[in-house]
Amino acid sequence: MGRIVLEKVKKSFSEVTVIPPLDLEIEDGEFVVFVGPSGCGKSTLLRLIAGLEDVTDGTIRIDGNDATSIPPAKRGLAMVFQSYALYPHMSVRKNIAFPLKMAKMDQAEINRRVENAASVLNLTDYLDRRPGQLSGGQRQRVAIGRAIVREPAAFLFDEPLSNLDAALRVGMRMEISELHKKLDTTMIYVTHDQVEAMTMADKIVVLRAGNIEQVGSPLELYREPRNLFVAGFIGSPKMNLIEGAEAAKHGAHTIGIRPEHIDVVEAAGEGVWSGVVGVSEHLGSDTFFHIHETGLAETITVRADGEVSLKHGDTIHLKPRADVIHRFDAEGLRQS
Amino acid sequence: MATQHSRSAARLMMAPAVVLLLGWMLVPLSMTLWFSFRKFLPLRGGDQGFVGFDNYVRFISSSSFWPAVQTTLVIVLGVLIITIVFGVLLAMLLDQPIWGQGIVRILIIAPFFVMPTVSALVWKNIFMDPVNGLLAHLWRAFGADPVVWLTDVPVYSIVMILSWQWLPFATLILLTAIQSLDGEQLEASEMDGAGFLSRFIYIILPHLSRAITIVILIQTIFLLSIFAEIFVTTGGAFGTRTLTYLIFQRVLESQNVGLGSAGGVYAIILANIVAIFLMRIVGKNLDA
Ligand SMILES: Nc1ncnc2c1ncn2[C@@H]1O[C@H](COP(=O)(O)OP(=O)(O)OP(=O)(O)O)[C@@H](O)[C@H]1O
Ligand SMILES: [Mg+2]
Repeated sequence: MGRIVLEKVKKSFSEVTVIPPLDLEIEDGEFVVFVGPSGCGKSTLLRLIAGLEDVTDGTIRIDGNDATSIPPAKRGLAMVFQSYALYPHMSVRKNIAFPLKMAKMDQAEINRRVENAASVLNLTDYLDRRPGQLSGGQRQRVAIGRAIVREPAAFLFDEPLSNLDAALRVGMRMEISELHKKLDTTMIYVTHDQVEAMTMADKIVVLRAGNIEQVGSPLELYREPRNLFVAGFIGSPKMNLIEGAEAAKHGAHTIGIRPEHIDVVEAAGEGVWSGVVGVSEHLGSDTFFHIHETGLAETITVRADGEVSLKHGDTIHLKPRADVIHRFDAEGLRQS
Repeated sequence: MATQHSRSAARLMMAPAVVLLLGWMLVPLSMTLWFSFRKFLPLRGGDQGFVGFDNYVRFISSSSFWPAVQTTLVIVLGVLIITIVFGVLLAMLLDQPIWGQGIVRILIIAPFFVMPTVSALVWKNIFMDPVNGLLAHLWRAFGADPVVWLTDVPVYSIVMILSWQWLPFATLILLTAIQSLDGEQLEASEMDGAGFLSRFIYIILPHLSRAITIVILIQTIFLLSIFAEIFVTTGGAFGTRTLTYLIFQRVLESQNVGLGSAGGVYAIILANIVAIFLMRIVGKNLDA
């Protein structure tokens, strides 16, 4: 069980309000990702849920019980820190067993659970090593192992992959998703990487300056961003945002069109944009062109097939797909 | 490029320092060894030739030798235990964010800057004086008979003075160590259900073990050779004679250089035994 509900939760550090009153519901078994730019309060929110920070105001309910003033250890949550926070003087085995030892569990049960966690996480061969003798990915797994042996109601991850290299990050991403499927436990995951958010989440919470901008499944956020901030934050490369006359044609203050929703066409015509190719990024399967001098915006990014060959300085004609143009009003809110 | 040439140049340039250091150590050491085998009584006939191991046997069989060793150990161990226990507690206290932190820290460090002779005199005359001392007043305020510190409990009094002097050092080293403890580790252990005591035993103490070893090592080296504190307070009376003080008395009060030198050689051996033990422990702790 791990249903977590935040009601009007607010957090201030002395005079500065980092989280204005905020409501959020996290269902049992859900994989929820908090994303947002640096300093927007993701870690603070996670630490409030963990109990490592006291809320200034509001209520946190875990499985229906008021947990606002319950100490962290009693909330039944486990946390994986960005720095792993392993105990350097203990072996991997002792690290993983530590929460069980603190819970005064009997030794046979501790051993069983540690062995179990180690085999799930491929750590069996490393149980007698110290954390200092492990690679980053292995340390990460030990930190996860220490979390899963407690069989918590929910896992909290604070940017757990940001210290790993790109390849390992993709691998660990899969492993964590896999783990979620296997354990079926609530997970709350903080990241500033929208790719991690899109690939792992059941539900994404987009935060800006402590405010929730939008909550929804990855595809909801991708298809129907509620405002310009979410539109610009979700999706890679970023959505093209166009103001002025072109937007007015669609009856909006700003229109947004994703790079993958623009087609490269042969000739100019009605509703076709023309521009000059700037930098192109070849990924093999796809190529991203950055187009200048369209008269619409500074640059327009377009995704084209990897086979399309256009050079720097060539003229290009673009046709946006009319059915996937996002329209926003002067306040930056989505127009249906 | 570390060529043959540059390496020999390096040796040449280091040579003066090495020679100076060697001379600094070797000359007194060999003089001590030399005198320890001779009968040398400056005021009673001067240097009277070799006597073999006579001085060594006499030093060790003297009735003051074993008590001196015992006093030395009691003082060293006592001060180590007090400074480390209170050092750890103070360091944890000072690590908390408190108002006026900077000033409190300076106050705590201050005793370390007081010269040993001065601090011993201050303690002797201002605190421990049985008639006018502050402690005597305190005792009387509670209606008790003042303790005659330096006569009744002389060794513990000296341990107290020394602890007061060395506590700042221990606190300072342990405080820097505590400050380097990763806050996330403490938070992780808190989430793992460790209470204050468990956090102290399983996280803080292991983290401090290296700093504690260093404090033990450095303090032992200095405590084995304390002199001023005893000279100024009890003058070696009432069983406060340490090995160092005994050697001083043999050479200067009894005017027996040979006997004192033999004692010096014993002290060197004792210090080396301690050093070997400590090196082992430190070695084990430092590579962890
Ligand atoms: N202990 C504190 N005292 C005062 N201000 C704090 C404290 N902790 C965090 N803040 C402030 O709260 C805001 C949110 O911080 P938080 O660590 O939650 O950001 P974040 O979203 O996790 O950012 P990042 O992606 O960089 O980790 C920041 O502006 C930060 O300066
Ligand atoms: Mg953060």
